[in-house]
Amino acid sequence: MTHSSRILSVAALARVEGEGAMFVRTRDGVVEEVRLDIYEPPRFFEAFLRGRRYTEPPDITARICGICPVAYQMSACQAIERALGVEIPDPIRRLRRLLYCGEWIESHALHIYLLHAPDFLGYESAIEMAKDHGPLVERGLQLKKSGNEILEVIGGRAIHPVNVRVGGFYRAPTRDELRPLGERLSWARDAALETVRWVAGFEFPDFEQDYEFVAMRHPDEYAIVEGRIASNRGLDIDVAEFDEHVVETQVPHSTALHARLRERGSYMAGPLARYALNGEQLSPLAREAAADAGLEAVCRNPFRSIVVRAVETLYACDEALRLIEGYVEPDRPSVEVEPRASVGHGCTEAPRGILYHRYAIDEEGMITEARITPPTSQNQAQIEDDLRRFVEQRLELPEDELTRRCEQAIRNYDPCISCATHFLDLKVIRA
Amino acid sequence: MTDVLVIGVGNPLRGDDGAGLEVARLVRAAHVPGVEVWEHGGEPAALIDRLEGAGSVYLVDAVRGGRPGSVQRFDATEEELADLPPAATSHHVGLGEAIELTRALGRLPERLVVFGITGRDFSVGAGLTRAVARAVRSVAGKIVAEVERPAPRARGRA
Repeated sequence: MTHSSRILSVAALARVEGEGAMFVRTRDGVVEEVRLDIYEPPRFFEAFLRGRRYTEPPDITARICGICPVAYQMSACQAIERALGVEIPDPIRRLRRLLYCGEWIESHALHIYLLHAPDFLGYESAIEMAKDHGPLVERGLQLKKSGNEILEVIGGRAIHPVNVRVGGFYRAPTRDELRPLGERLSWARDAALETVRWVAGFEFPDFEQDYEFVAMRHPDEYAIVEGRIASNRGLDIDVAEFDEHVVETQVPHSTALHARLRERGSYMAGPLARYALNGEQLSPLAREAAADAGLEAVCRNPFRSIVVRAVETLYACDEALRLIEGYVEPDRPSVEVEPRASVGHGCTEAPRGILYHRYAIDEEGMITEARITPPTSQNQAQIEDDLRRFVEQRLELPEDELTRRCEQAIRNYDPCISCATHFLDLKVIRA
Repeated sequence: MTDVLVIGVGNPLRGDDGAGLEVARLVRAAHVPGVEVWEHGGEPAALIDRLEGAGSVYLVDAVRGGRPGSVQRFDATEEELADLPPAATSHHVGLGEAIELTRALGRLPERLVVFGITGRDFSVGAGLTRAVARAVRSVAGKIVAEVERPAPRARGRA
């Protein structure tokens, strides 16, 4: 069999736009071209935000993603609060962290159980997997639901939470309202531990890359809602310096922008990066589970991201329980925020990596400029790089097997394709 | 338990993708006793959860392909949604997949009627196009008429 000029293409990756989303061309054993067109940048939202009040971005940007609305809300709040010089009291800060844990749980559980596990177990989809492993899929859905319930109680709604505002919350929950969450999360923590053990037993392709991992870092906690931006190669910057270090370039084949570190190149954000930088700050239970799962201090095999995601799910359950236990109702659910002409930057750890927002506000409190850099656009260059290396090492594989493996490699990043539409592709088998 | 649940799925900021939500709003405005209405962004786990144990469910979503404004109707308790694209890279599980997953888990409601309204413009920020707005009113009218005077199959519950 000769390898000259092969093309792998998967159109189904882009369900929304319907175009070839993954395209790999090889010639004589060399990968000549890798293209990935998976993310539609939130340019509409950036334009839509101009001329809006400084209080509106949390509600508006929450609409960008149905899976990680809290991430958008938290980065937006932080950016505006930093612009306006507001200090957030500790009880509100902790409540935000609890809300964010809910999002990590629901987002990670969805990806692990319904999207990534079928790859490892050899199923076409979660539907096929559910036919053989109903109880497993049920466990995943229940775990996800545990996260959604945090969003419902604190955020007001599971999708597009409405209780979040600049300065805090419209209403803070009572201790009594949080109690049922605690009961549910105790179950979820056990389920998450089982999840770590389950995915640790999967078979992983032999593939490692020497990544530059970029994640938030906080002196006192596994960073989620705040911190500096750091890397394993010495990057250590304030969120306000993001623009100076990360350059976004338009690539001709795609509407997406590729983010790179200035003069350094592609980097990886997300669970592997957080784990590599902050793994020691995980709770003892999560650290122990990681060790038992065979994870070392740094994991460079992106296929094992499913294990790290499970460890983070366990951590989020553990952390949510800790926050509920120590919960003190804030005196006031939010602090006053007065507008002034300023620029502010916000960055938080969305489930799939750092999410950056920047807003310029005028003296009337109108937004004059907005910029949003989501994790998937930051990871896109790295995903292409993974594909290039991965394919190079496996050119002997048959076409369909290699294509399947490439899709799996993309899913390692839990990428967020423009997630704003929901089409039903209607094809009916008449019985 | 609610007798009849009407679920409108979509995103109001993506043009005709908001069709399902608009149907839900119109049905809600009709104030039919025993009918609960739920506007949903499409998140699969919550949808699966909501379908379980429900009696009679109408689910409305925007569809691609075909003539804009045309409406397809099928009974998901009797017909299977085939040839669904794999979950692929998106963290989204499509609506059809959510329904099939519910079926695989044995959690389908007693009756599940799905309306697909073919949209024309799904671009960000746009409203409903005229043909789709017409179809929305027609589907909402059909649902209201049926739940006020149930079809034979639904009579057990409605």
